[in-house]
Amino acid sequence: MDKKSLFVRGLRDGIPICLGYLSVSFAFGIFTVGQGLTIWQAILISMTNVTSAGQLAGVPIIVGGLPLVEMVLTQFVINLRYSLMSVSLSQKMSKRVKLLQRFVIAFGVTDEIFAVSISQKEDLETPYMYGLITAPIAGWTLGTALGAIAGDILPTAVVSALGIALYAMFVAIVIPPSKKDKAVAGCCLVAMVLSALFYYVPVLSQVSKGIAIIVCALVSGVIFAVLCPVPDKEENEKKEVQA
Amino acid sequence: MIDTGIFFLYLAVMAGVTYLIRMIPLVLCREKIKSRFIRSFLYYVPYAVLSAMTIPAIFYSTAGLLSAVLGLTAAVILSLFEKKLLTVAIGACCTVFVVECIQKLF
Repeated sequence: MDKKSLFVRGLRDGIPICLGYLSVSFAFGIFTVGQGLTIWQAILISMTNVTSAGQLAGVPIIVGGLPLVEMVLTQFVINLRYSLMSVSLSQKMSKRVKLLQRFVIAFGVTDEIFAVSISQKEDLETPYMYGLITAPIAGWTLGTALGAIAGDILPTAVVSALGIALYAMFVAIVIPPSKKDKAVAGCCLVAMVLSALFYYVPVLSQVSKGIAIIVCALVSGVIFAVLCPVPDKEENEKKEVQA
Repeated sequence: MIDTGIFFLYLAVMAGVTYLIRMIPLVLCREKIKSRFIRSFLYYVPYAVLSAMTIPAIFYSTAGLLSAVLGLTAAVILSLFEKKLLTVAIGACCTVFVVECIQKLF
């Protein structure tokens, strides 16, 4: 496939993410202005961070004038999951992706962009990744601006309905491979149970969301890497990734 | 009102940490990993991350539990038929919207 059609395909794959981001960042815009930051400050935060949980945690730190160390630690813990995703993505990058291009692509590693990337059958090429991150970043910034400017532009029923978009997308990414590979299904089940425990069990629910996700992923990932390791041969590995 | 200079200082730290976390592994891991354990781990981790992020958060992503559960059900059914991401996302959103509209009637 040539560069242009790869870019267009990425762009197209990014549209559902963009739609989902509009509602989430809309809420972030409302929240941030409500906390006392200006419209432009809200937009700048979204443009430079592109991460929901980290931004939500970061705004009160800015507004409260808390120590910068606290900002570093909070962002580190909440966003550490991106490291796991980047390691995974690094294994799926085509040989043609240049070092400098990796610096650019890294900026767009979000939960959803990562999810769509790893669900691709082929190795990831630069134009595809550029296309994929364009619409979501635009949507993320635009949604923040809209939310910050006018919290009541969208009826609440629409905001509520859009709220499920990103999760529905995760479901769409996880279920097809779970149908084909029982080990993936098992791994997902273990992760869900652990995640529910972190949410509902009194002491565990004190743990920050970022850490909880990392623990869930590490534990279920290690269990299944030991119990059901992927086949050793290069050929089989390709099939595994596609399955 | 926060001083503009202070704001940019916080912004730089916040964005800087977030970017480094994403960038360092992507730039450093440029060879295919040989270890079978690590490759297996990396094969499973994405699905584990997504599952952990979805459950139970999806139940609280809409105005009410019922619409969320039905929205999730719609997403699961559409995914079992291996529909495109956009189709699944829109299907779930429409389900939530319709359910919440019906709930308002009663």
